[in-house]
Amino acid sequence: MHSSRFSPASSIFAKDLRSEIRTRYALNALLMFVITTIAVILFAIGNETPAPEILSGVFWVIVFFSAMSGLSRTFIAEEERGTVMTLRLVARPLSVYAGKLLFNIALMVSLNLFTAVLYGAVITNFRIENYAIFAAAFVLGTLGLASASTIIAAIISKANTKGTLYPVLSFPILLPLLLSVIDATKKSVEGAPFSEALGDLQVLLSYLIAMTVVSYLLFDFVWNE
Amino acid sequence: MVKISLEVSGLEKVFNRRKVFSDISLTMRESDSLTITGRNGAGKSTLLKILSGLLSPSRGTIDFSVDQNPVSDGLRHRYIGFVAPYLQLYDEFSALENLDFFRKVRGLDVSRSSLLELLERFSLAERGAEPLRTFSSGMKQRVKYAFALLHRPPVLLLDEPSSNLDAEGIDAVYRIVDDQKQRGIVVIATSNAEELHRCDQVLDLDRIAPKSSIPV
Repeated sequence: MHSSRFSPASSIFAKDLRSEIRTRYALNALLMFVITTIAVILFAIGNETPAPEILSGVFWVIVFFSAMSGLSRTFIAEEERGTVMTLRLVARPLSVYAGKLLFNIALMVSLNLFTAVLYGAVITNFRIENYAIFAAAFVLGTLGLASASTIIAAIISKANTKGTLYPVLSFPILLPLLLSVIDATKKSVEGAPFSEALGDLQVLLSYLIAMTVVSYLLFDFVWNE
Repeated sequence: MVKISLEVSGLEKVFNRRKVFSDISLTMRESDSLTITGRNGAGKSTLLKILSGLLSPSRGTIDFSVDQNPVSDGLRHRYIGFVAPYLQLYDEFSALENLDFFRKVRGLDVSRSSLLELLERFSLAERGAEPLRTFSSGMKQRVKYAFALLHRPPVLLLDEPSSNLDAEGIDAVYRIVDDQKQRGIVVIATSNAEELHRCDQVLDLDRIAPKSSIPV
């Protein structure tokens, strides 16, 4: 009876996706956060024309805080609904981790694409000169952010002060990623050659691999009790 | 019938320096049934959670084997069906969607018609496509039974089995308990006097003195 073509991880991913489409719990909050933040930035800038280097930093600040407001939902929702024990009863920890990571990647990719398009459209001085650097930094930054946020969300989901603990705990862990991704984005708006951004991109790739491997090894302990 | 062996030895659980119970030892084979009883806070639910693998004991061991093959702690859940108030299903999904999700996560090859048959057993087939949030507590409890029996587990753990159920639902549960006794192990945790004698053996946690072993 134990034979099915569906892997448990993909089933958990599909369940989370379907649940999100029905409830729009994280998506609505994240979209509203991005829209209001960009609107506030527009008001703050007024008639000024900030340097593109500063705007590339502001772009990732928006991405960081929007991730902080929504990516923890995948675990917190299981805790709040009381389904976390049921999931622990039927699924192996690594299947849960892989399913939740896939969901956070999907959420983060769609959100960051939306943010990049909206930001590029309304902030007139934010012009990408080297799309290859921007694309590589965008992909690696998004994946790294999703990977780190997933394990941090699993850790804080059992705490009483989830909302405040999440960004506080995330900041030091995400700092190396943020510094490198902001630097690489800055080079993409300056039109620097790809070779100049290689150092940052290598840091981002290493961060992604290290964070995913560590999360994979740690998740068993975080998930059980 | 599958040969099952559940051997618990010297089990102890401590929460924040408070000893819930200690030195519980018991042995169960297929066709054995056990009622765990005791006052509120005696550790009935904790003991069931430990047996299911949801909690680790502070001390002691659980050896579980199927057809004389030892089953590791990480795989024990495959052989256990568990109904409890703290095991919730997804409210935004229908009963069928819930069962289908758990079927996929457990890696079971069960057809949609079998899922419908399972729901029919609990008089839920007609409302199988409606979201669980529209169900009463008793109906949700019935779906939990369908969830627990989905993989035809050789071990069935029931915590407060008749809570929220009407007379018809309670009869259905007692039939499930009797069926399970024929083909595996059933353990019930209850403080309901009527349910004490549904099983062949009784473990009263109130009567376990610290550091003493009570054979069941």
